Amino acid sequence: MCGELAFVFYMEAFLSSLVSVAFHGVAYGMILYVISVGLSVTMGLMGFTNLAHGVFAMAGGYVLVTALSQWDVPFPLALLLAFVLVALASVVLERLLYSRLYGAVELEQVLLTIGLIFMSVAVARLIFGTLQQPVVLPEYLKGQFSLLGRDFPAYRVFLILFSASIIATLWFGVERTIWGAKVRAAVDNRAMAQSIGINTRRLFAITFAVGSGLAGLGGALGAEIVAIQPTYPFEQLVYFLIVVSVGGLGSLRGPFVAALLIGITDTACKYWLPQFGAFFIYIATIGLLLWRPSGLFGKRT
Amino acid sequence: MSEHVGYNANPRLRWTESLPWLVAGLAFFLLPEYLSLGARILTFILFALSLDLIIGYAGIITLGHAAFFGLGAYVTGIMSAKLGFHDPIVQLLTSGVVAGLLGLATGAIILRMHGLTQLMLTLAIAALCLEVANKATPITGGADGLSGVVIAPIFGLFAFDMFGKTAYLWCLFLLFIAWWLVRRLIYAPFGVSLTGIRENSLRMHAIGAPVDARLRKVYTLSAVMAGMAGALLTQTNQFVGLNVLGFEPSGELLVMLILGGVGRLYGAFVGPLVFLVAQDFLAKKFPEYWYFGIGLMLVLVVLFARGGILGLIDGWVARFKGKTT
Repeated sequence: MCGELAFVFYMEAFLSSLVSVAFHGVAYGMILYVISVGLSVTMGLMGFTNLAHGVFAMAGGYVLVTALSQWDVPFPLALLLAFVLVALASVVLERLLYSRLYGAVELEQVLLTIGLIFMSVAVARLIFGTLQQPVVLPEYLKGQFSLLGRDFPAYRVFLILFSASIIATLWFGVERTIWGAKVRAAVDNRAMAQSIGINTRRLFAITFAVGSGLAGLGGALGAEIVAIQPTYPFEQLVYFLIVVSVGGLGSLRGPFVAALLIGITDTACKYWLPQFGAFFIYIATIGLLLWRPSGLFGKRT
Repeated sequence: MSEHVGYNANPRLRWTESLPWLVAGLAFFLLPEYLSLGARILTFILFALSLDLIIGYAGIITLGHAAFFGLGAYVTGIMSAKLGFHDPIVQLLTSGVVAGLLGLATGAIILRMHGLTQLMLTLAIAALCLEVANKATPITGGADGLSGVVIAPIFGLFAFDMFGKTAYLWCLFLLFIAWWLVRRLIYAPFGVSLTGIRENSLRMHAIGAPVDARLRKVYTLSAVMAGMAGALLTQTNQFVGLNVLGFEPSGELLVMLILGGVGRLYGAFVGPLVFLVAQDFLAKKFPEYWYFGIGLMLVLVVLFARGGILGLIDGWVARFKGKTT
């Protein structure tokens, strides 16, 4: 009787940790996807190796934190600001720097964007210091949300639902609108798209801005999970690149699957096997890329 | 990229090629208080030289070259602090061999890929090494680093002194050997075929060059050199920390090489010299501005001076000659 009870108790504990890992993993995966999807599309569209994508996410996080604590802006407006300001800044960068290296060799794009990472790390440190920025959530997003007899942190529930709605909008935009059709055409065959009168330069500038804005939004949404600090673009780069390369360049679905996989695996590893750190993620990435060099859903080259 | 090096180029030594050694020799006598910085610069020149072989000549882009450097540094550190092997030559050779084995194994994986996948794999392997070093605390010391490194006298004769004289000369001696080997290599048909692979690997396949085997060879060789540079760093510092691994040291090394000039052999000499001297003077006083500065420099070099410092000097020399004749 006693043993049975212990077993039931043990199973219950295991089940609730399983649910908790899945829940937090999905939340983290959603954030990773919202941040990385822009990178997948721009790399697939223009073949531009943009290692500085994490800079946009970090910038979004800083915008949110500053808007909440300094400007006393309500939370939803702060999120909107993170999207808009980062998107605008990215257009400036795109026109000034990125556009000069379209069609350049990969090494030069890599170097330019590493340079941008170094500069942004320095600027972030100069303005905000090296400490990680605390996020002050509004009252209605604090506390717990109970469902089926379990409690979930309300903010994570909001995060999952909100990200899901962004993703749905994005997918609708790409699959059902004329802009999306043009983007898909340009990803498939840029020269052909251009020759039938699609202005791929402008298309790219807009897509780049939307993608960067989404990264900013993702960084802002995830500021509570992935700490906003100056080393962010360095430390998170591996994760964003894993999402894109495992998911496959230029695809929307691939990075989504990859981001969820990474989110859940990473959370599970940190929960059950913290002594191994991110070890399994890297091993799995290397294995996956050996098995499918162009990612899960990438175009075969 | 560079017309100076290639099968048609004259492989005879030019007088300018003695300059690095003259400078290094003069520095030993004139700047005794900067010898430890000097040893560091020489170590990073060796490291940059190994990167130049694969980026500048073979055209393989890597974001994870610090994996080999860090592995070499840790092998020497662990041999000395944990296993009791204090002989610097044994340490150096072992570090080289172990790093070379990692190069051989990872090269087989990486060199089959292209573009983003290749970049990602180099980064993932370096991140993996960092994670192992960080978590295997009993062996590597984890985040605290590995201290208690003791180095026996070289050949049993020259002990490492506190002024860094022995360390400096030891680094200089090894760099000289490496330079001589690399210089021989890039003027040989092997080096020329690497340049060919960089410029057009399809054509190299078409003319029957063993492209994959060549790339694997040069990648392994480069890993050996980087591992030895790591061993040198441990021997001169008598300490190993996590900062020898990961993306940041790989990125900084790229900056040094780009600053000097890629694919020009001596770019690997000029870059670390300028970078590390500037870092020594600026980084401690103004860390934020220093980081901003290297980022800005990288952007400017990519946009306006693709040959780095040596490229600029070549340009000026060519202009000067063009005007006078």
